[in-house]
Amino acid sequence: MNKWEDNKAWFLVIPVFLVVAVSAIIPLMTVVNYSIQDIFGPGQRVFVGMEWYKEALTDERLHDALSRQLLFSTLVLLIEIPLGILIALMMPKKGWGASLSLVLVALPLLIPWNVIGTIWIIFMRPDIGLLGAAVNGLGIPFDHTASPFAAWVTVMLMEVWHWTPLVVLLAYAGLQAIPEAYFQAARIDGASVWSTFRYIQLPKMRGVLTIAVLLRFMDSFLIYAEPFVLTGGGPGNSTTFLSIYLVKLAVGQFDLGPAAAFSIIYFLIVLLFCWLFYQALLKVGTGDKS
Amino acid sequence: MARINLVALAHSYRSKPTKAADYALHKMDHVWENGNAYALLGPSGCGKTTLLNIISGLLHPSRGQVLFDGKDVTALPPQERNIAQVFQFPVIYDTMSVYDNLAFPLRNRKLPEAEIRERVAEVAEMLELQDVLQKRAANLSADAKQKISLGRGLVRSDVAAILFDEPLTVIDPHLKLLLRRKLKQIHARFKLTMVYVTHDQLEALTFADQVVVMNEGQVLQIGTPQDLFENPQHTFVGYFIGSPGMNFLPCQMQNGTASIGDLQIAVGSRSKELSGNFELGIRPEFLQLHAAEEPGSHKATVKEVENLGTCKIVTLQLAGHALKVKLSEEQETPTDYTYVEFPQRWIRIYAGGKLVDSGVTSQPDQEPAQ
Repeated sequence: MNKWEDNKAWFLVIPVFLVVAVSAIIPLMTVVNYSIQDIFGPGQRVFVGMEWYKEALTDERLHDALSRQLLFSTLVLLIEIPLGILIALMMPKKGWGASLSLVLVALPLLIPWNVIGTIWIIFMRPDIGLLGAAVNGLGIPFDHTASPFAAWVTVMLMEVWHWTPLVVLLAYAGLQAIPEAYFQAARIDGASVWSTFRYIQLPKMRGVLTIAVLLRFMDSFLIYAEPFVLTGGGPGNSTTFLSIYLVKLAVGQFDLGPAAAFSIIYFLIVLLFCWLFYQALLKVGTGDKS
Repeated sequence: MARINLVALAHSYRSKPTKAADYALHKMDHVWENGNAYALLGPSGCGKTTLLNIISGLLHPSRGQVLFDGKDVTALPPQERNIAQVFQFPVIYDTMSVYDNLAFPLRNRKLPEAEIRERVAEVAEMLELQDVLQKRAANLSADAKQKISLGRGLVRSDVAAILFDEPLTVIDPHLKLLLRRKLKQIHARFKLTMVYVTHDQLEALTFADQVVVMNEGQVLQIGTPQDLFENPQHTFVGYFIGSPGMNFLPCQMQNGTASIGDLQIAVGSRSKELSGNFELGIRPEFLQLHAAEEPGSHKATVKEVENLGTCKIVTLQLAGHALKVKLSEEQETPTDYTYVEFPQRWIRIYAGGKLVDSGVTSQPDQEPAQ
């Protein structure tokens, strides 16, 4: 086989390369292009170098949005992952109960995101909302349009309700894939329910849980539609997460340059965190004891 | 250690079994003697694993009782029966070291750590796992993992019996031999009751003192390997044990002679009282071929000769039936046609699948059937 024959194989990669170029690389480079220019209008632009990056990195409101975002994503992971595992463990393993519970659990995932925001607006209304009115009826003042705390609780509830099902489905799939012999051996070894979970179910779910953590972190870090519909980032800036702030900057104020620089930083942050999670989760439960 | 008694045991996976076909395991009574090594042999889906799981307590039988040393344990869960079970695929606790894996059953039973250390060291030495005790079990080879599974059973001093559910399926052939020898050594040293499920007849025959042959939820025969080979109680046993299996020819019996079409085969005086439709069974090893016609031999066409290196399998056509003959390497291979003789002492007569004439009585030098 000569070298030309071998290298011809590269032609086969061209379709993929074109798709990735059009869908990812070219748009990304456009954003990079915007981020180093000041744009006044069509054809009117000035090269500004790292100016927008400096501005973005020193922007107080961006720092606030970032810490808000980190707090939000941390809470999301801390609640959704254990809750998802717990629900998956309680679901029936076979029979009609398994199918029924899967359909019921998956329902929130089937609803469009902006509709979810609308549902929760109505659900939490202090005057007529089922939950909002109930809580207020108990004498606890609760209004997500007025109190930042109530707004946070509402957004968290909505997020957990919307996305825990994904964790449940992944964990359930992981549990179903464990061969019956493991549970039989555990029974013969006299393992308790906790030991069975700790030494069989949890280690065997590692793969799917890694995916669940990554997906939930990325999605929650990029959350936009639901809080936008529900609170619009308010009251004040209390639920202005990174993407909401980004859209305010780009669309609301038409600051394309700073918004582009901000986007790149945002992208790098998500990439960094995903990489860190991935590395950490790969190492959990491997390597010899010394 | 214990003697295990199965009393009128039957099992169905349906909640309300109505007909015989609903049962995965038909009614059986059986005793597993203390300290014996048994093999449960049968094709996939014959109920071997069901029977094993009932003994270990993973499965609750629909009918009947399981007794350990005369004590009814039918209602007890596996952890209270002191039974060890090794599964087809090695079951190990991935996140634990080999030591922790072996110690796991003892820790669950709240034994003092000093005693655990002693027991684990002893078992590790026996299974040659000392060098990997601190390694993570997940990173070991399949045979080492299977040894760990076995070790978790052996580590308990009070274990009544060890059950094996096709434990060598995923092990490489050359390691199979080593592990099988290890099992025999352990059996010889501790005199534990062992029940070994397999569908591999070679494995069953080399492992066990007594082989239990099962098919379609029924025990067809229990016996020594020699018994199963020489006196199959059922046509299935004849066919399943041996390679190739026993030849069966439909025949008419009259006055001690079996007629297969126009062919007359003398069976001997012992079958005089039989008359009607039967099957004549004979092992391929026991048929004799002659180059020329001899008294009592029948002319047959040679259809096929397979040379397996250590032996030759000759397929003959006789009175419209195929007949397999096993020849040793040095015996001459016939071409075109040959004369086949049915030695009387090896002819078995079956009716409805069951042995009706074994010929054992005419062979005083043989062990009596059990």
